[in-house]
Amino acid sequence: MADKQFEPLIIGFTCNWCSYRAADLAGMSRVKYPPNVRLMRLMCSGRLDPEFVLKALRGGADGVLITGCHPGECHYLEQNYKALRRFLLLRRTLKQFGVEPQRVRLIWASAAEGARLAQEINKMVEEIRALGPLTWRDVISANGDRPLEALPAEEVTA
Amino acid sequence: MSEERIGVYVCHCGSNIASVVDVEDVAVWAKDNLADQGVVVARDYKFMCSSLGQELIQDDIKEQGLDRVVVAACSPHLHERTFRNACDRAGLNPFLCEMVSVREQVSWVHTDKELATQKAKAMIAGGVERVVYHEPLEPLRVPINEATLVVGAGIAGIQAALEIADSGFPVYLVEREPSIGGHMAQFDKTFPTLDCSACILTPKMVDAGQHPNITLLSWSEVERVDGYVGNFTVTIRKKARYVNEDVCTGCGICIEKCPVNVLDTNFEAGLGYRKAVYRPFPQAVPKYPVIDTENCTYFKRGKCKACQIFCPTQPNSIDFEQQDQLLQVPVGNIILATGYDLFDARRIPQYGYGRLANVYTSLEFERLCNAAGPTNGDVVLRDGVTKPEAVGIIHCVGSRDRNYNNYCSVICCMQSLKFAHLVKERTGAEVYNFYIDMRTAYKDYDEFYQKVLEEGTHFVRGRVAEVTDAARQPGEDGKIIVQVEDTFIGKQRRIPVDMVILSSALEPRADSDEVAHKFGIACSANGWFIEKHPKLDPVATMTEGIYIAGCAQGPKDIPSTVAQGAAAAARVLGRIQQKELALEPIRASVIAERCSGCRICNNMCPFNAILFHEDRMVTEINPALCQGCGTCVAACPSGAITGTQFSNEQVLAQIEGLLMFGVNGNLANELVPA
Repeated sequence: MADKQFEPLIIGFTCNWCSYRAADLAGMSRVKYPPNVRLMRLMCSGRLDPEFVLKALRGGADGVLITGCHPGECHYLEQNYKALRRFLLLRRTLKQFGVEPQRVRLIWASAAEGARLAQEINKMVEEIRALGPLTWRDVISANGDRPLEALPAEEVTA
Repeated sequence: MSEERIGVYVCHCGSNIASVVDVEDVAVWAKDNLADQGVVVARDYKFMCSSLGQELIQDDIKEQGLDRVVVAACSPHLHERTFRNACDRAGLNPFLCEMVSVREQVSWVHTDKELATQKAKAMIAGGVERVVYHEPLEPLRVPINEATLVVGAGIAGIQAALEIADSGFPVYLVEREPSIGGHMAQFDKTFPTLDCSACILTPKMVDAGQHPNITLLSWSEVERVDGYVGNFTVTIRKKARYVNEDVCTGCGICIEKCPVNVLDTNFEAGLGYRKAVYRPFPQAVPKYPVIDTENCTYFKRGKCKACQIFCPTQPNSIDFEQQDQLLQVPVGNIILATGYDLFDARRIPQYGYGRLANVYTSLEFERLCNAAGPTNGDVVLRDGVTKPEAVGIIHCVGSRDRNYNNYCSVICCMQSLKFAHLVKERTGAEVYNFYIDMRTAYKDYDEFYQKVLEEGTHFVRGRVAEVTDAARQPGEDGKIIVQVEDTFIGKQRRIPVDMVILSSALEPRADSDEVAHKFGIACSANGWFIEKHPKLDPVATMTEGIYIAGCAQGPKDIPSTVAQGAAAAARVLGRIQQKELALEPIRASVIAERCSGCRICNNMCPFNAILFHEDRMVTEINPALCQGCGTCVAACPSGAITGTQFSNEQVLAQIEGLLMFGVNGNLANELVPA
């Protein structure tokens, strides 16, 4: 791996109603973005359990992209706001663990914003490429197998 | 080691996927490397969605005893149902099928074949890991509301509304302008048959206005859309007309008495005047006028009220206190037929529009030669009296031009030929058509072109460089000169004319993005609404229950627009006839034994689906109210809430699969130091 350029691996969580469709649209419009990001579908950004992000970072991802409907446009009325709160808290927690805040990013992308989604992905890949690999997991892995899943849930629901 | 028997199917999609992803390699890899996860069959096939492709899966399910299927092809929003149905036919619960989008998310967006192939493998690994945790489910059935919302009442919307209403189902027809009719109401003649536009359109407008199944909401706009296919709730703003529709008889005395003349930049394209209380045109449907508050003397200065004073109805129809009304209507399906805007010819300054008086846009010319227009159909210059002796018609203004719009606006060639014919017929002037290519496809169109050629119209092939009034040669004084390279003779020509008509491009509505947003559909890079499939599903969209028709989907002529309106109606009628709709059975439920009664989830649900049993101190979720967003699942600190199709196990397993490789193909164990 040492002789290759560092290629960050990013896991992206998308909302079934907006950002997943934005990814569809990016495809249909043949907008290009780097293959460093692998997207998966949730029904809503509100489904995003912070554990998913931790699992991704621990499993080898160098960054996590969380996407959802624009504020006020959630398919489920207001659940993206809950995603936003969880995200802010999670990012703070991660910062305390030594994870750069740029590695976990939340963006809003409507079903019409394929090009914007691709642009955000491009930007994120560039930034994380500059940051380098996530070394934080070395430290954590040395401390035991699953130390992070005990993130206190009551804080999250604030 | 999984006990499941999983089949993996990798689609070539012709060359759509196979040209970037090495599909054969991916299939072989899946069989060899995902055996531990339960993969027993992995195949690639040219078109998995074809009947042969589906049979391949069905046969494997039966012969190889598969109990899980992963299809790596296009987006699940396109073909998930296709493959679920295939599983169903082979006796496998359709929800044991998972799709991996290697077309929209890999081959169409990446160029490096090696990296794309690696990514496809990782995504398939994610799908395989995930599908292990899928459970057999039954779809939820909900009734479909029989009413339909049609947005935009041009010819596309009118056609769609009439088709549905004639079949006996209710329609809400919403139009932003005071009258229905759209652009077609502004035209004089229609190509290639030259029937009078009003003669064929106004009967349909009247039908739509009087139909017992159509609720006509003109001077109204959709504010917001909630819900989903079968059960939308649409909020419509019915703008204040300041005229009481319940009493107004449409006699028009208020219009006659109004002392304010306003330049009508909308319907008359700036060539004529209307009053401050007005109907866009005499045959307007509905017949009720609207008060334009920006120009009405009463609204500006608090005085006048001429309209009210002269209104003969009892009680008086003029109501200066009227307010906007917000209506909420429940509908099952929505058709968007919002039409187009005309390209603003001022954006090409060298063509002189807005600077040279006798340069007209196509819409202005339509009004000019319309018998009901400002000149009663006389084709005259801006001075109002002089008949032109020579007229230049420029094609492709703002279209087929990379500075403005790359696309062809479809109708301009035929429209320009129609103008050429009308100018000749009305004035006997010499007519010059400046074109790049002549596009006269479709029935009777080329015959019309031949006819116009025989009439003696001059055709000059070349893009016009400039339209100017700077005379340089004898005979150019007082004329406007069209400077063009005639590519057939390879020479620059200057052609002096009296009038120039710009066949301007059709453009998406200025607010098309906003509208798309509101209805949850997408616009192409050009701004036209995107259909579900460009060939095979031209009026549906990726959002279930939302259909598109007419120029909102792309430039088109009247016959195609009408055909699309009717097609969208047919699709809606098909849905209504199904009576009920199978919904994704994605619902959350509480495992009562694990619930600690903390009530953290209780505030999470905007649908009030979560109830708390005080007696047992546990929470329960009402599946009839649950919409399946999963927010409560993520919130539960005890892991007591689980959501079908998106359980923690499924999501975590998929993450694990996605991380099987690094971007360059290095294995995950290289990525994560032990």
